Amino acid sequence: MSIYLNKDSKIIVQGITGGMGAKHTALMLDSGAQIVGGVNARKAGTTVTHKDANGADVELPVFGTVAEAMKETGANVSVLFVPPAFTKDAAIEAIDAEMPLIVVITEGVPVQDTAEVWSYLQGKATRMIGPNCPGIITPGESLAGITPHTITGKGPVGLVSKSGTLTYQMMYELKDFGFSTAIGIGGDPIIGTTHIDALEAFEKDDETKLIVMIGEIGGDAEERAAAYIKENISKPVVGYVAGFTAPEGKTMGHAGAIVSGSAGTAQAKKEALEAAGVKVGKTPSETAALAREILQSL
Amino acid sequence: MDLMEYQAKKLFAKHGVAVTEGVVVETAEEARKAAEEIGFCVVKAQVKAGGRGKAGGVKLAKTADEAFEHASNILGMEIKGLKVNRVLITPATPPVEEYYFSFLLDRSNRQYLCIASVEGGVEIEEVAKTNPDAVKKIGIDPGKGVDEAKAREIATECGFPEPVFEQAVSMIQSLYTVFTEEDATLVEVNPLARLEGDKLEALDGKVSLDDNASEVRHEDHEQFVIRDEEDPLEAKAKDKGLNYVKLDGQVGIIGNGAGLVMSTLDVVAYAGEAHGGVKPANFLDIGGGANAQVMADGLDVILNDEQVKSVFVNVFGGITACDEVAKGIVGALDILGNEATKPLVVRLDGNNVELGRQILSEANHPLVTIVDTMDGGADKAAELANA
Repeated sequence: MSIYLNKDSKIIVQGITGGMGAKHTALMLDSGAQIVGGVNARKAGTTVTHKDANGADVELPVFGTVAEAMKETGANVSVLFVPPAFTKDAAIEAIDAEMPLIVVITEGVPVQDTAEVWSYLQGKATRMIGPNCPGIITPGESLAGITPHTITGKGPVGLVSKSGTLTYQMMYELKDFGFSTAIGIGGDPIIGTTHIDALEAFEKDDETKLIVMIGEIGGDAEERAAAYIKENISKPVVGYVAGFTAPEGKTMGHAGAIVSGSAGTAQAKKEALEAAGVKVGKTPSETAALAREILQSL
Repeated sequence: MDLMEYQAKKLFAKHGVAVTEGVVVETAEEARKAAEEIGFCVVKAQVKAGGRGKAGGVKLAKTADEAFEHASNILGMEIKGLKVNRVLITPATPPVEEYYFSFLLDRSNRQYLCIASVEGGVEIEEVAKTNPDAVKKIGIDPGKGVDEAKAREIATECGFPEPVFEQAVSMIQSLYTVFTEEDATLVEVNPLARLEGDKLEALDGKVSLDDNASEVRHEDHEQFVIRDEEDPLEAKAKDKGLNYVKLDGQVGIIGNGAGLVMSTLDVVAYAGEAHGGVKPANFLDIGGGANAQVMADGLDVILNDEQVKSVFVNVFGGITACDEVAKGIVGALDILGNEATKPLVVRLDGNNVELGRQILSEANHPLVTIVDTMDGGADKAAELANA
């Protein structure tokens, strides 16, 4: 088991012919993920060639539209490596095609575009992860995004994080246990899949025995997640929050990572999580140690 | 990017919001000249901070001489740590009533929000505490926006009085146009004033623009960047395309990925508690690439920070392999040569870590200390900064 993504997931790449798209299509294939094609309206009818996990050549068809790609390949996941100016249109195209899962890797998407996509998505069949995220990996089964698949394998830890590199760091620290699914939800002010969505899915996933939740300054997603954990999560949750030293009013790398007045501070998030019974580490390695302790007692 | 009042008013005027732009000046003499034209006027400090009035940065001037005197006092003063380099001279138009109006991005509900009150403008925070029902919050679906019907609904909900109601409906639509056309995350009018003769006008304005959108589709937003208002190191980093924030500390930080860098600052601050209270000097995310030139650019900015005593390079090799990062560090030190003068603590982990550490060991640069863990690196860098 896993959440959102498994060995049967058939993935297409929107922007498969671009630099990032090509590079990460190769890496996703190398992980063993089923990449079945890509989309680029201007290169419809052509193919791109990469190696699969066994080193054999794979010729992937490039389609003109997402709908056509779905019809021809049975794809149920789309990963978007589309420049920020075109991300809104690409996402809406995938939503119109009723793509079940879209993973938007692109950084730098105007927030009003994301707000419009989120509004458009309401009542539709699509789940969106991102934007500005590393995507999702179910180790040993599939990868839709840019998370390195070589860090660790399958295991009992479910991870949800706003940050890419902290996801990698945590997977590395707990590599001897392994992960059911690790999902990077993204650091933008508006994102499609939240901590709460992932917590809910991990709670239902039999393979996940412990959940690690990584947050950062800005907004109130962690506080809301804390309230959700208190009411709905029976599995142990270990948390980490980055940005205690961030000054007020400065954007720290991620567009959404900003303390506004007294709102969105790391301290408030940590306190909310602790009040919900979540063990919160002061550093990534202390967080890993807390998780390790619980995992060993399970 | 947060705009100053005069910049916000410029955008208001562009989109048909009733506003008097006034004249922005940088010297008291220019203030006098502007006041001669305008007459009875207000001299307003232009800084990106609230509470300008309480800090003495907003003064009424009946004569040009008074405007000169106020401008002399206000220019150069500090408001919340920010030096005043400009004042805005606008006609003094005492309001009959003051209202508050804003559109903003509502992260929590993933939509837009209108916050407005017809009971008090400047004192809105006080109103929110003592009479929260008087502050209306109206959600806006980004897919639907604000048309005339929605603007009427908002104006009715807020309770704009009859004599200015139609003006309010029109102004609400114009302000929403500012919000969407300029890709703002905040458009605030405080006070929105009812003047003599029942004229509605934005007497002050605050606008925050979405940097992502400015980059993608608003080349003209470049005009709002004021170089002399920026920290010189931040300006230099920006020129080199680096994601850098200057802080007040002694340990320079370089890392990859926003989350990991934020985390590194925290870990250094904890470690610093045992080493004379040293703190992180900056945020610097060099992203995934971490090649020699980017590393050199980053080091160049950090080493030019006079407060910096040591540097902590904290990289997790995800997609990028650690050997590439190590080559980047060695290459950067070559590029910098004698310019590199402060000790560097390097922690590499992840993809190809052994090879990366080997490259650093073999280079055997006298300034570089290699450490195994993030916590250990933070401790070492803090210790060196306190030496």
